[in-house]
Amino acid sequence: MTTGSLHSYDISTGVDGPGTRFVAFLAGCPLRCQYCHSPDTWYRRSGRPTSVDDLMTEIQRYERFIKVAGGGVTISGGEPLQQPAFTRELLRRCHDLRLHTALDTSGMLGDRADDALLDATDLVLLDLKSGDPATYRKVTRTGRLAPTVRFAHRLADRGIAIWVRFVLVPGLTDDPANVDAVAEIAASVPTVERVEVLPFHRLGAQKYAALGLGFPLADTPAPAPDLLGRVHEQFRSRGLAVL
Amino acid sequence: MERREAWRGFTGTGWRETIDVGAFIHDNVEPYAGGPEFLTGPTERTERIWRKLERMFVDERRRGIYDVDAHTPSTITSHAPGYIDQGHELIVGLQTSSPLRRAIMPAGGLRMVQAGLAAYGYSLDSTVRTIYSQYRKTHNDGVFDAYPQDVLAARRSHIITGLPDAYGRGRIIGDYRRVALYGIDRLIEERRERKAALDAKLSAEDVIRDREELAEHIKALEDLRYMADRYGFDISGPATTGQEAIQWLYFAYLAATKEQNGAAMSLGRTASFADIYLQRDIAEGTLTEQRAQELVDDFVIKLRIIRFLRTPEYDQLFSGDPTWVTESLGGIGVDGRPLVTRTSFRYLQTLYNLGAAPEPNLTVLWSPRLPEGFKRFCAQVSLDTSAIQYENDDLIRPAYSDDTAIACCVSAMRVGKDMQFFGARANVAKALLYAINGGRDELTGEQVAPAAAPVDGDVLDYDEVLAAFDQTLDWLAETYVDALNVIHYMHDKYAYERLEMALHDHPVHRFLATGIAGLSVAVDSLSAIKYAQVKVLRDETGLAVDYAVDGDFPTFGNNDDRVDALAVDLVERFMEKIRRQPSYRGAEPTLSVLTITSNVVYGKKTGSTPDGRHAGEPFAPGANPMNGRDRHGLVAAALSVAKLPYRCARDGISLTTTVTPDGLGHSRDDRIDNLVGVLDGYTDAGGFHLNVNVLDRATLEDAMAHPENYPQLTIRVSGYAVNFVRLSAEQQRDVISRTFHGAL
Repeated sequence: MTTGSLHSYDISTGVDGPGTRFVAFLAGCPLRCQYCHSPDTWYRRSGRPTSVDDLMTEIQRYERFIKVAGGGVTISGGEPLQQPAFTRELLRRCHDLRLHTALDTSGMLGDRADDALLDATDLVLLDLKSGDPATYRKVTRTGRLAPTVRFAHRLADRGIAIWVRFVLVPGLTDDPANVDAVAEIAASVPTVERVEVLPFHRLGAQKYAALGLGFPLADTPAPAPDLLGRVHEQFRSRGLAVL
Repeated sequence: MERREAWRGFTGTGWRETIDVGAFIHDNVEPYAGGPEFLTGPTERTERIWRKLERMFVDERRRGIYDVDAHTPSTITSHAPGYIDQGHELIVGLQTSSPLRRAIMPAGGLRMVQAGLAAYGYSLDSTVRTIYSQYRKTHNDGVFDAYPQDVLAARRSHIITGLPDAYGRGRIIGDYRRVALYGIDRLIEERRERKAALDAKLSAEDVIRDREELAEHIKALEDLRYMADRYGFDISGPATTGQEAIQWLYFAYLAATKEQNGAAMSLGRTASFADIYLQRDIAEGTLTEQRAQELVDDFVIKLRIIRFLRTPEYDQLFSGDPTWVTESLGGIGVDGRPLVTRTSFRYLQTLYNLGAAPEPNLTVLWSPRLPEGFKRFCAQVSLDTSAIQYENDDLIRPAYSDDTAIACCVSAMRVGKDMQFFGARANVAKALLYAINGGRDELTGEQVAPAAAPVDGDVLDYDEVLAAFDQTLDWLAETYVDALNVIHYMHDKYAYERLEMALHDHPVHRFLATGIAGLSVAVDSLSAIKYAQVKVLRDETGLAVDYAVDGDFPTFGNNDDRVDALAVDLVERFMEKIRRQPSYRGAEPTLSVLTITSNVVYGKKTGSTPDGRHAGEPFAPGANPMNGRDRHGLVAAALSVAKLPYRCARDGISLTTTVTPDGLGHSRDDRIDNLVGVLDGYTDAGGFHLNVNVLDRATLEDAMAHPENYPQLTIRVSGYAVNFVRLSAEQQRDVISRTFHGAL
């Protein structure tokens, strides 16, 4: 039986994909994004070993609600593709229940998602952390941009819907050229349905403190409304639906 | 002839023969399946009147009350007509001779009136004091003459709190629509027939009481006619236009509020009734949409300024000066047609035309089968104002009827057919502590419940505690219903709701509405005892005063059956015990899981509990999970609450949620869709009631610091809405400390 490391789960609305969703947060991530609001999900060992059956039992407690309310299941993290077999099995089982499925990923480990996994995926929430490779590295500290772009095109080839997410951090990701590069990538992928610009917030700071870690962006403010407006416009000017 | 004119164009016959407004609505309602596009904004006239009141609200907030008539005990006819802006009001009538001027109603209790006046620097007219202390006994006096000792002890220790023994019980909804549809003459004629029929019966105690009450009904209806006459309206016959229909029914409601200072003075289900008249006028070309909205706006302005004189102690229990002018909107008919009309929209539109406000307490009877346009508009109004609440029409309709309205917060009653004896609530968390302490109060050490062996040992044993708890609940149910029987006997005797009861069928069906507070505290405590190790810390007299919990235990509000089943069991268990008690006038017992804002006071009067809650900390409101213990979001919490069986809590189960705008979606359209989905899912799961606040914590914190900037900030607390800035600082902090379901 497939077992994975689960950090926690939530039933949330309108946050990680359309409608009300069961969101499973898997433990373990290869990236160390400066703005990460969940440093408690970086390591696999910070999760609980959980079988697919057990998690499906939990999900099924919400199946009816989700179907009446509209929504689905999102596999998030951490980075779910660090546990591809567990993720694939969860997506497939949810799909069999006719629940809408979403995969929330940075795409950096996109090569680990096999076709069977993608066949069971209705929507990918693709975290495009930056459009400029150097900035991408700076933001994520450990990642590379190219695999994400490659993954995006593979999804498009398979006709899988994508919601691009971009975290706007003043002084880190807000450079007009960087934003433009993100927009260019998003616009080049035909199945991108919308771009969600997520304003940076410091709500995760307490978690860093609890873990005894320093929060690199402790003094960074949330983006001002006019900056947010400018960035929205940069996406919109490429014909993208931006929220 | 008069009727023919008034009822022109109406169809159906049953309602013509007998007094049956529900049948009239069935036969004549025109359901509306569209959206809000047809609605209109406020007229200049409406804005002018509202602005005048807004200026007065500033003074009222500052002083606590705007003004009071401390000389005239209020009756239907006690005060001369009053106006906000005479000649420019479309719907007229005030409780006293000027707006926001409160009245005194000493028949409920003289002390309450005196304390209410003293709190705001007024003193009672000495003649009135003499009358009500020497010549005329009050409800309050009667109750305390007849309370047994154990009720007094339970009341003193606050295991039973908020009892309507010193103030009007309220929660009775007259069918005010009857006055509009039939006119006073017909209603009096019907009461005379009922009374005459009793002449054939021998004068046994219940027959004598019924005859006297019917005689009072007739007098109250005559008083109502006279009151309207002084405003220049003859309401002997039925209303002939939309404006008259609203005016007639408002007069009837107004008369009730002049006669009774009830805890909740709810309006009923008037929108779709009024719609039949308004649409007829529009079809006849005598009314425009603008004017129809203006009539509704003017009516709602009147409902927003209903006021009662209350005491600071009362405000602690029911904070924010609520009046519970609850109006039930929407719902589905038994024939499957939605009872949503254009006027359902017009009522909601007042929250835009006049700005957000807590009153009237607009309550949507929700079903996933409601028309999409209405569902989306309700969700939009929630997002914009946080002013409305939702109750499950798919539970209410089969249990009652499709002409059912909510009184107060969550109490369903068939309009004009059911009334209830309001019974506040018993503290089941404290009862658990009594069980552990052999009936002694954990704060005072006083023996309140019958002496029993305390639960001994260092670590609490679940089976032992549950057995003791069961016995304590037996005592609590008995003592509690005993108190209520005394209260309602005396209320009927000394402060009978003549007019409200004149607008009910005779004989009426009565409920005895009990309630519980502290459900999630009691249940989490039982869970801790069952699934973790709870050590008892006792003082030198052997009284358990604190607890130390070792280990994890599941908590209510996470859709976890291990603990949710304990909550279901507690509700069923207590209801079963309540059912076994004899009730005054054969009332059918019911139970609510609702605290209003008394969760703070209840917490203050309850010692540390085995779930780890410290002495004095607030309870969660209503059936809510304890703050911060619902770890999987709003839906998981809602599904736990939805498991509580409505058949054992027919007086309602309240859940209050606060979600940040981002916690519903990234765009306005998404948020509307998603909130509709959550309401559908919760209703489908059998959830009864949902307060929806869409707010940021930062907004509330700013409103605490700068109340002057937020005069209309409205939030939903347990079962009603309040102006946030009118809550006490303690209540405000409690609201802010509650779980905000948001995105992180």
